[in-house]
Amino acid sequence: MSIEIRNVTKRFGAFTALDDVSLAIPDGSLTAVLGPSGSGKSTLLRIVAGLERPDAGEVLLSGEDATRLAPQRRDVGFVFQHYAAFKHMTVRDNVAFALTIRKRPKREIRERVDELLELVQLQGFADRYPSRLSGGQRQRMALARALAAKPRVLLLDEPFGALDARVRAELRDWLRRLHEEVRVTTVFVTHDQEEAMEVADRVAVFDHGRLEQVGAPAELYDAPASEFVLRFVGDAVRLGSRLVRPHEIVLRRWPSDGAVEVEVERIAVLGADVRVDLADGSGERFAARLRREQLEELELDRGEIVWASAEPLVGFASAQDAEAGQALG
Amino acid sequence: MPRRLALRGVALVYLLVLLLAPLGMVFYRTFQHGLHPVWQALSDPFTVHAFEMTLLATAIAVPLNTLFGVLCALAIVRRRFRGKGLLNAFIDLPLAVSPVVIGLSLYLLYAPRGGWFGSWLSQHGFQVLFALPAIVLATIFVSVPFVAREVIPTLRELGNEQEQAAATLGATRWQRFWRITLPSIRWAVIYGVILTTARCLGEYGAVAVVSGRIEGRTETATTRIDDLIQNFQEGGAYAMAVVLAAIAILVLVLMMLTKPKESAY
Repeated sequence: MSIEIRNVTKRFGAFTALDDVSLAIPDGSLTAVLGPSGSGKSTLLRIVAGLERPDAGEVLLSGEDATRLAPQRRDVGFVFQHYAAFKHMTVRDNVAFALTIRKRPKREIRERVDELLELVQLQGFADRYPSRLSGGQRQRMALARALAAKPRVLLLDEPFGALDARVRAELRDWLRRLHEEVRVTTVFVTHDQEEAMEVADRVAVFDHGRLEQVGAPAELYDAPASEFVLRFVGDAVRLGSRLVRPHEIVLRRWPSDGAVEVEVERIAVLGADVRVDLADGSGERFAARLRREQLEELELDRGEIVWASAEPLVGFASAQDAEAGQALG
Repeated sequence: MPRRLALRGVALVYLLVLLLAPLGMVFYRTFQHGLHPVWQALSDPFTVHAFEMTLLATAIAVPLNTLFGVLCALAIVRRRFRGKGLLNAFIDLPLAVSPVVIGLSLYLLYAPRGGWFGSWLSQHGFQVLFALPAIVLATIFVSVPFVAREVIPTLRELGNEQEQAAATLGATRWQRFWRITLPSIRWAVIYGVILTTARCLGEYGAVAVVSGRIEGRTETATTRIDDLIQNFQEGGAYAMAVVLAAIAILVLVLMMLTKPKESAY
């Protein structure tokens, strides 16, 4: 099912959570909604699910206006950051919930739940209560529960946010594979750019309630539409008046046009890559990322003076410079 | 260690002197001459009627206050509306105001002459004061707070995420209440019901003012105990007191048994 968000605005008191946001999510895609906390990304997801009403704008599901539709009539699966497990029900009853209230035959429910528990690898846990599961297990249960009635859209609100790093990584892979298997339109909210880039085939970046950019992970990295996206998606350093990626910095032993004179403060070997900490004349520090061969060619040492330049694929004049330029002009 | 023992000692002595000794005295005096006189006192038709009145008033007040308490708690925790703070404060009113004052205010309201409601009702042939309706009203009034007070903190702690999850899974408002909210607050409701019941059974002050205390007609268990003492029929009073105390103890035991064990889920 495709999702279309048209000019949605949502305010909580004086705070604008979403400011005239339009976003189309194609059928069958796996989309990440990425942004820092308070950027409105969770609000957007909750509006799609019907858990919040937008102040203005529309939500279309499969091309039909669903803006005023109650959540229980939207046919969506929703996974909460803190699991929202039904604590008074066993794992089996949790997963069966959507089918039980639809009064499906008992045998059908049993079979479907068994199938789902196998899918989320919780076969042996059917009769436990959620309090006796780990965080990762609870979240897998919540996923199975959301999938039980075969929703047309799966929405996940920071699904791995409350889990530790190892479990997170596992569940990321697992979500990716699940999507390949089930092919349900999936949208997940995250503040972790690595997670978004790794799992999703499309990423929508939000900041201060506005959609900054939407595209494939590589597009965002290679052609960020704004300074915010450049900074938020991948590392960015300031070289002279520009923002560039650390690996775009080239170090030479002689000056050239636009190159900045820098002192090498520290060299850290990180496997195949090397991080070189640099300081320019004004004391501004930044790091360049080089291949190890490049470093060996340069025969760099601590305390040496070199010239740093960049031929970036992307790069933004930073905001202050733009202002300074205007003031001069 | 000695300090903890001292603390325990103080608490025990306090309970012993102020609670257990008087209660024990009642039990002792009741059974002083064996079971027969107790049985005789309790089978007095007026006594039986008094217990019936108390149980009837309780049977009406408890379900009503349970329903009201749950709805009230839901409104206070889940909804935003004008006067919410006021409602929250009013719920506690029956605890703050002396039952006698509550009785008096009901008396003034329902007095057949000059009462706001009473004049109209008596013109239409309804007698509230000195009859069952007044006893029920007074019992309801004094036992309002308990269910709401138990349920409110549980609802707050519960949050509404589970219900939102149920909504996205297709549950209607009604299904969410019966399948998620109510099972989640059930221990608080049960606890509240037990406290309400105990309060209804023991109500004296407000009922004493509005019931008229007519033997065999509007006397309740507590008012009859008082009347018997006034008439030097201590034996009957003791026997009734023991029955009331036994019910209260039963309620306490029930409360302890129903308290959910931490490990249940």
